[in-house]
Amino acid sequence: MRGYFARFVGDGVPTPIIRVPKTRGNIPPTAVMDGGPLFPVMSTAMSVSAARRGPLLPNALADRLFGGVARAAALLTLASLLGIILSLVIGAWPAIRAFGPGFLTHNAWDPVREDFGGLVMIYGTLMTSAIALLIATPVSFGIALFLTELAPAWLKRPLGTAIELLAAVPSIVYGMWGLMVFGPVLARYVQQPLQALFAGTPVLGALVSGPPVGIGILSAGIILSIMIIPFIASVMRDVFEVTPPLLKESAYGLGATTWEVVWRIVLPYTKTGVLGGIMLGLGRALGETMAVTFVIGNMNQLGSPSLFEAANSITSALANEFAEAAPGLHQASLIYLGLVLFLITFTVLVFSRLLLLGLQRNEGRRT
Amino acid sequence: MTLPSDSFSTEEALPAEEAFSAKLSIQDLNFYYGKFQALNHINLDIPANCVTAFIGPSGCGKSTLLRTFNRMFELYPEQRAVGRILLDGEDLLASRQDVALIRARIGMVFQKPTPFPMSIFDNIAFGVKLFESLSRIDMEERVEWALKKAALWDEVKDKLPQSGASLSGGQQQRLCIARCIAIRPEILLLDEPCSALDPISTARIEELIAELKADYTVIIVTHNMQQAARVSDYTAYMYLGDLVEFGETGQMFFKPSRRETEDYITGRFG
Amino acid sequence: MAHFVRRKRLNRVALTLAFAAMLFGMFWLAWILWETLRLGFESLSLSFITENMPPPNEPLGAGGLANAIWGSLTMVALATFIGAPVGILSGIYLAEYDPRGWLAVTVRFVNDLLLSAPSIIIGLFVYAVMVVRMRQFSGWAGAVALALIVIPVVIRTTENMLALIPAGLREAAYALGTPKWKVILRITLAAARAGVLTGVLLAVARISGETAPLLFTALNNQFWSTGLSGPTANLPVTILQFAMSPYENWQHLAWGGVFLITLIVLGLNVLARTLSRKFSS
Repeated sequence: MRGYFARFVGDGVPTPIIRVPKTRGNIPPTAVMDGGPLFPVMSTAMSVSAARRGPLLPNALADRLFGGVARAAALLTLASLLGIILSLVIGAWPAIRAFGPGFLTHNAWDPVREDFGGLVMIYGTLMTSAIALLIATPVSFGIALFLTELAPAWLKRPLGTAIELLAAVPSIVYGMWGLMVFGPVLARYVQQPLQALFAGTPVLGALVSGPPVGIGILSAGIILSIMIIPFIASVMRDVFEVTPPLLKESAYGLGATTWEVVWRIVLPYTKTGVLGGIMLGLGRALGETMAVTFVIGNMNQLGSPSLFEAANSITSALANEFAEAAPGLHQASLIYLGLVLFLITFTVLVFSRLLLLGLQRNEGRRT
Repeated sequence: MTLPSDSFSTEEALPAEEAFSAKLSIQDLNFYYGKFQALNHINLDIPANCVTAFIGPSGCGKSTLLRTFNRMFELYPEQRAVGRILLDGEDLLASRQDVALIRARIGMVFQKPTPFPMSIFDNIAFGVKLFESLSRIDMEERVEWALKKAALWDEVKDKLPQSGASLSGGQQQRLCIARCIAIRPEILLLDEPCSALDPISTARIEELIAELKADYTVIIVTHNMQQAARVSDYTAYMYLGDLVEFGETGQMFFKPSRRETEDYITGRFG
Repeated sequence: MAHFVRRKRLNRVALTLAFAAMLFGMFWLAWILWETLRLGFESLSLSFITENMPPPNEPLGAGGLANAIWGSLTMVALATFIGAPVGILSGIYLAEYDPRGWLAVTVRFVNDLLLSAPSIIIGLFVYAVMVVRMRQFSGWAGAVALALIVIPVVIRTTENMLALIPAGLREAAYALGTPKWKVILRITLAAARAGVLTGVLLAVARISGETAPLLFTALNNQFWSTGLSGPTANLPVTILQFAMSPYENWQHLAWGGVFLITLIVLGLNVLARTLSRKFSS
């Protein structure tokens, strides 16, 4: 074997003994078509161990099998979406039949008399998310601007990483911190002074009334905003960075200031992406459970206009009541709430994805 | 082997007196990217145990043509080839044979080195294992043989377990050549193999090509006309999906029979 | 000239505000981490990881969360073992099999939705298909709910990482006559392994702190669970329960739990980041 190979390898021997092409030429093509051994006229030493495998059927089979499994895994994603929708609709069906669409605007939650309406929770969800968005949008824009245009190169990475880590912190940490640390601070240093300031003022006074314990719609909204700032900021930073440098440089070349470049060039260029990022944050806020459940107070009331009054949201109602709700109309109503939440968030998320996809497509066309 | 007489009927691309044994015979080949036709009625015979160079400006279809020989285009659903490509008389495009077996007979080296994410040894052994079951000793001999053939053995013999990505660009490219050779193909397709390499590595690869033609039919696509002149025996000049001229390299470069070729070669265009 | 001065001033104001926004964001991060560290560190002790949950109103320092930590660990591990292979396979389908086909386009879109879908909805879904069927809350249901969260994360990163693999590498493997499954497993997936692992780590980090999907699936348990067939103790739900309780010793333990979760999640994220940086260089 060694001896043979030494010749084949050709150290010192200029031409190999076997010339593969020449050998090939003698084989009628059909011999190959049959899938028989490709090198029938090999030296025996070689053919003992080195005959080419015949038809690669096992491979074809393995290919089909592997492809099928991968496809099935991909189909599972579609199946789980369908499963979610179906299970929600089926679970909510008794409540849908009993209350119809009026459920959305009905203000009642009485497990004893079996009278349910989702207005309080829906209001709580929308209101906390609105507050969160109101705070998070400008702050995230500022952060993205800072990260893309202002931060010195050595700071960009660590700061960007810090913001992304903030997004990774589990929501239960935010909730716990909100309840134990932030709530009391908010009550003591914000609510009480405001109450003292607006005591007797009709509208504003009502807006800040309530026991000073630091839970309620405003707390939930603020904590949600802290949670979604990292999401929105990193999407905004990413879309800002797709602006072609030449475009920015041309504007700078005309003597524009940094702010003008961002506001007049970068933002218009990336507006769909920015909007998509905001929508993504909104989707998060609407569906967030833990950060809200800890601090919203879980009280089914709509009477007080105060931002500091305990309230309820869809997710916290589910988190608090579902495991203990009796099967029947109570549970069905909770699932109905879940279905409503699902529909709202999915509309928002679809919208956000379409915007972000549109940006990518434009990107493709421009470059 | 005598040439089929209709091979050159569409174009007067080939000098009629040419006669050699054709390893690969392309007959009336058309190629489409979707609706766009990238190759028009290509007729060409590639001689055995010679180096054939495809030259021409970017987008002329030389790489496209090369990629039809091992049916690489089939990876992309929108690409389609129509015509005949005969390897020793067997039509590759119509073949019912597993495409893997065709690719085992026709090796390919790409523009950029493509070391697989594994050790140097396994880079070579990977391809061999696809078609042969060798004992450990035989495999070691095969790897050594292929690396020697690719003039890489002396540089890597002490670091075979290291990652293939740890080599320099030129070494990586020779590793890819060794990987092809290891499964003992009949034809080597080189798609601008030196375009990512420095001049010294390029020179080594060119020397290697000259040695390889003793055993293999080599087809090289190149941007670089000096390279074509240096390494090839035959040259095909392509332009906009047409095969303009094909002939012995010396003749092509000293007295091309067509004006377009002359313009390209002398640098007046392209 | 006045116009120019005004433009300059506007620019300065805007940039200052941007800087302030950055400080604002960093301020919360620092505050949250600081409190978690301070309050959580206090409640850590050996008993924290060796003893089970204490009854309410025990003295501080008595008992621990061992059963919850163990329950979380098993459920997260199980969810990863279920979710990661499925996610990797779908990611492979999206990147390697007909990436522009209708199925891939639809799956990609739906996957992006599931990636940010409210996790409590996942809990409701698993409740309906598992808890109702099996007539009890169980660790299995919890693990499946977590797996459903792992899958989209892994799909996304796997697809992205495979898409980064240069086409030349794939073609070179095919050019040797390699069958497709082998090209994928031995070449492209192997080349992207650091990136894929990053995705799995990120997914593990994500589910380590997930609470909502466990509320109606694994529920919680005061005691050590030997199997996963009944309500299973887990860290996040325990934290919720203990933090909302009026008992000081429970709240104390909740902080310890929050500290542990934060540590694990941030640690996994940093690890994933280091890996992906190594991969991209």
